[in-house]
Amino acid sequence: MKKRIFAWLFITVLITGAVLHFMSLLLMPKYVSLSREGALVAEYYNEADKNREHQVVFLGDCEVYESFVPPILWERCGITSYVRGSAQQLIWQSYYLLEDILRYETPQIVVLNVFAMKYGEPQKEEYNRMTLDGMKPSSSKHRAILASLTDGESVLSYYFPILRFHSRWKELSFEDVKYVFKRPQVSHNGYLMHTEINGAENNYEAIRNEAERFLYEPTLPQMAFDYLDKTRALCESRGIRLILIKSPTRSVRFWWYDEWDEQICEYADNFGLDYYNFMNNEALKINWDTDTYDEGIHLNVWGAEKLSEYFGELLSSKYGLEDLRGNQQMCEIWEQKVKKYYEERNNSI
Amino acid sequence: MSVTSVEYVLFLFVTVISYYLLPHKYQWILLTVASVSFYILTCFRCIPYILITSMSAYLAGLLIGGEAAVPVGGKSRGKRGYKKAIMITVLILNFGILFVLKYIDAALLGADRIFHLTNSGYEIPQYDVLLPVGISFYTFQTMGYIIDVYRNKADAEKNYFKLLLFVSFFPQLIQGPISRHDELAEQLYEGHEARWKNISSGMLRVVWGYFKKLVIADTLAIVSKSIIEYPESFGGGYVTFLIVVYTAQLYNDFSGGMDIAIGTGEMLGIEMRENFNRPFASTSVKEYWKRWHITLGAWFQNYVFYPLSICLPMQKLSKKIRSKFGRSFARRIPVYIATLFTWLLTGMWHGAGANFAVWGLLNATVMLISMELDPLYSRFAQFAPRVHSSYAYTLFCRVRTFFLIGAIRLLDCYRNVGETFSRIFSIFTDAEGWRRFVRGGFLRLGMKSSEYFLILLCLALVLFVSSYRERAGSPLRYKITERPRTFFLCVGALFVAIVIFGNYGLGFEGSNFIYNQF
Repeated sequence: MKKRIFAWLFITVLITGAVLHFMSLLLMPKYVSLSREGALVAEYYNEADKNREHQVVFLGDCEVYESFVPPILWERCGITSYVRGSAQQLIWQSYYLLEDILRYETPQIVVLNVFAMKYGEPQKEEYNRMTLDGMKPSSSKHRAILASLTDGESVLSYYFPILRFHSRWKELSFEDVKYVFKRPQVSHNGYLMHTEINGAENNYEAIRNEAERFLYEPTLPQMAFDYLDKTRALCESRGIRLILIKSPTRSVRFWWYDEWDEQICEYADNFGLDYYNFMNNEALKINWDTDTYDEGIHLNVWGAEKLSEYFGELLSSKYGLEDLRGNQQMCEIWEQKVKKYYEERNNSI
Repeated sequence: MSVTSVEYVLFLFVTVISYYLLPHKYQWILLTVASVSFYILTCFRCIPYILITSMSAYLAGLLIGGEAAVPVGGKSRGKRGYKKAIMITVLILNFGILFVLKYIDAALLGADRIFHLTNSGYEIPQYDVLLPVGISFYTFQTMGYIIDVYRNKADAEKNYFKLLLFVSFFPQLIQGPISRHDELAEQLYEGHEARWKNISSGMLRVVWGYFKKLVIADTLAIVSKSIIEYPESFGGGYVTFLIVVYTAQLYNDFSGGMDIAIGTGEMLGIEMRENFNRPFASTSVKEYWKRWHITLGAWFQNYVFYPLSICLPMQKLSKKIRSKFGRSFARRIPVYIATLFTWLLTGMWHGAGANFAVWGLLNATVMLISMELDPLYSRFAQFAPRVHSSYAYTLFCRVRTFFLIGAIRLLDCYRNVGETFSRIFSIFTDAEGWRRFVRGGFLRLGMKSSEYFLILLCLALVLFVSSYRERAGSPLRYKITERPRTFFLCVGALFVAIVIFGNYGLGFEGSNFIYNQF
């Protein structure tokens, strides 16, 4: 009798585990047609399986994954890159994602968008999920979870996502079934394309003055600087150059204030880091009538290509990044990516 | 620590394993430690209250029932008077604590309203009084013990920690069942062997309880809440729907809690009283209250109704009435008074508001009216025996009882007497409410059609399980646990159903058991 009990206990645990695992795969959001940014963090591992040689890695929120186009950086400057961005990626999440990346490769340059420096505490559960669910289990993921938990969230739900997404059984779609085991790539080495045009006002001073009314906290939080310190130290320990940037925007709601900019400038000066503020850089030649898809909050593909080309030339000329277009192996890999990029861009117009 | 939390499952797992690893004579000690730990983890600040209750009951028990109770040179009558005084003192102390903690907020609020009405300008300070978890349950259980000791129906417990275990036994602490000392104590203190039948049956019952609570009750709570929160917007058909939904929610919530409590006891080899016995099979309100929250009803019957109906003052009253109004009235009045008073207390046990008092009195009134109509029912049975014994008539009585109880229960939903009656009347007057409801309004209450379908399936399953016992003579889980294969696959299936369909986690707020508040 005891043997039968243990045998059936074992069988039941296996069956239950298998069923729950399958249900977890079925119920988790696929991020294919809706909220595609949720797929970005996980897609890195597909890339890492085939190619672990990126000269540049970008970290940050939507200002990074909608502003920098790795296929363009390759096509125009021969730079290999990956954008490990995610929705409202917080500064500590950037740090832990960098730790994760360094398990697979060591880039020469890490580019960090500083907009998230304004957040000193966990923000929204939905953005946490989009960033953290895509990470493979590791100590970095665990610490990222602990640092990011909002009220009501549990650590267990990040290791057993079915505990969070179980209620999606009532809203399952064909997409959930179709992509239960494998889903298509939505990004181009982390760049999420938008081809729509929805222009913004381009009066920088007017927008800045209007945005000033919404500055509630002029001092960037210490927690953000603590994690910036860690990021800097991690890069130094691995011989990686850290570059700070601020992507351009014309949004009043998501403005980058002078008060914050000064603090980043000071930090960069103190630690000998380069910091590029692209908020009002005319050399980019961004046309805010046509180069944004959401009235100036983010760049569309036309604006992103301009920024990428400009930044790519800067990286090549100032930081001596090797032009790898002469490397046959890299060419084979990247020509496919460029082809796929233009196919999507042209089909979407 | 909520009994539907992961922590409780781990706690239970550790407790059961540790229990059976220990020699029999130490098992009760582990249960005591586990019970006190459970209470500390649930409500650390509440500990002094349960200690006061247990210690006062212990000392009183020794004085009333032990050798120490023999007063020097006292006669038997004096001894009985002395014991009675001790019993009354302890009852006043503990019920006093319960009364103050439970009703002080309502009393202060009421007094403040009166002062406002008089425009005195004086404001009564409001206090945020801590209501210890499970105080209604453990106080009643312990005071039942004291009364039983006084009546020589139970022996006084000489070991304080054993009595503490009886008072604080963790499976039943939060929401019952309310046990009697003579039924439970020996099982708690004697050791038990690990038996496949107990552990498997108990575990299956616990998982079944989680299923009823997390899948059925908590899902239905979404609909109930929508209707209750906006009473003006949801009249007519919505109120009728609320009667059905809230009754199903409450039943699955409460009986689910009982399954977890009783199942836990069963895993430890301890048999506790059932608190439900197919209440919706009742054909009268009186029968309903013999099948719903059975242990509370039994407590009030044993310790309030019977003593009150036969006490000396009541006998004197009955005699007076007989001399003036005849035997018929003389027989009725003590029953009326005892019934109304018992149900008033039952209502107050549920909560401090006027709605609870009215709830209790309404139930009592319906039962008394039914009692008065008994001769009419008997004549009907004689006049139309085939109709009276037909299934259709039984079904009619069951549906009538269901809606009668459900309508009275709306006092618990709306928590306001005026509002409740207004909503009940809207069933007959709010045609627009009916129109909206019938045209798919029930799909705009927070639940999709797929969820309604799921709930209907689950309720059908609950009905099947509960009626199986009636037909087979023993619970279905005994049949299932005969073979390890069926047991494990059942537990696995229920577990998967709970994980996928359960209402827990972010967005659901994991609602506490409704009866926790008592």
